[in-house]
Amino acid sequence: MDKLLLMWASAEKEAAGGSGGMTEYIVHHLHHAQIKVGEGWFWTINIDSVIFKFMMIAVFLALVLGVARRATSGVPGKLQCFIEMVVEVVDGLVKDTFHGKSKLIAPLALTIFMLTFLMNFLDMIPVDALPAAAHASGINYLRVVPTADLNTTVGMALCVFLLIQYMGIKHKGVGGFFSEFLTAPFGPKIAPANLLLRIIEEAVRPVSLSLRLFGNMYAGELIFILIAVMTLGASLSSGATWALGSMQFIAGFIWTAFHVLVITLQAFIFMMLTIVYLSMAAEHH
Amino acid sequence: MNINLTLVIQGLAFFATAWLVMKFGWPLIDGAIVARQKKIADGLAAAEEGKRALASASAKQDEVIREARSEAGGIRDRAEKEYASILEKAKSDAIAEGSRQKAVAVAEIETEAHRAREQLSHKVAELAVKGAERLIRKEIDAKAHKDLLDDLISEIAR
Repeated sequence: MDKLLLMWASAEKEAAGGSGGMTEYIVHHLHHAQIKVGEGWFWTINIDSVIFKFMMIAVFLALVLGVARRATSGVPGKLQCFIEMVVEVVDGLVKDTFHGKSKLIAPLALTIFMLTFLMNFLDMIPVDALPAAAHASGINYLRVVPTADLNTTVGMALCVFLLIQYMGIKHKGVGGFFSEFLTAPFGPKIAPANLLLRIIEEAVRPVSLSLRLFGNMYAGELIFILIAVMTLGASLSSGATWALGSMQFIAGFIWTAFHVLVITLQAFIFMMLTIVYLSMAAEHH
Repeated sequence: MNINLTLVIQGLAFFATAWLVMKFGWPLIDGAIVARQKKIADGLAAAEEGKRALASASAKQDEVIREARSEAGGIRDRAEKEYASILEKAKSDAIAEGSRQKAVAVAEIETEAHRAREQLSHKVAELAVKGAERLIRKEIDAKAHKDLLDDLISEIAR
């Protein structure tokens, strides 16, 4: 689909005489910086997503592990207070939802919330700033927000999916876990129905987790791009530029303010659903 | 929007991050929080204990003050009684001493008066004898008339 759009874009570009245009601008912005590591569609790496995600991981680990290393039970510093606040909120949520004992769920939830928030927050950087800088240094394509890349969200959702299965096996045993496929929730008499329902249930979780986050972030990025399009190819001498420019400023401001809520909420939802799924997996039906 | 190798990298990176946090981050931070909560709880308990100790100490203090006050009252009462009794005794002693001395003085006065009277009687008898001698111009034999004279003297002294 990307290739199609790109072909269309280049056709458009040619038609416009190489001066670019709205469509090319948008398509350009939605194209990843990619590295091909082998033959076939799979063997490509969206290097921009990977780099920005690793940068956010570095920030997150520096915060959490740095605070953990210097953590004191005496009077905490401001940074420790902040991290402790987040930790306590996450801990409270996990304890409210999950009534077993697990060393895994709370740190996982903390990681999901803070890391997703940090990655989403990259959307707050003006949409053209980093791609323009990259362009100046010879990189043609750059997408900044890793969570607006389906690969990132599906990767995280699949991790959560595997952990759900792990929790199920750990808490019910291998036999209990697999017999539940056939016996719950309607009883063993209609085993095929149980199996079908279970498969759908399990498959829907990673799909909904990943698509929800991806969709929100992708749409958010797209709207930033569309707002940026307002003054595309404008010149300072034109009166329309000034009118559109002020509209762009207002629209950008409103959308940024709104998007701050969206990125926080999406990070929270991803975390909360993970907690709920993992606790459900640990409970007997 | 194609899915590619990025998915695997992102998934593994995410998992590794969560694992690092679980291993080296969460336990330390959570441990610090729990330790601080315990510290605060202990501090509050100690404060409560201190308050209770203060209350019992002040109750004890009141008790001691009350005891001391009642003891002091008892001592004062006894002292007053003692004072009164000493005063009473001194008064009665003084009165007794006074009346004794008065009696002694009276007795002395009486003795003195008696003696004076006796002397006076003797003198009068002598004077009477001398007067009688003058009257009869002759010596009266004192020895011969001694009985008579003594009678006379005692009669006068009476």
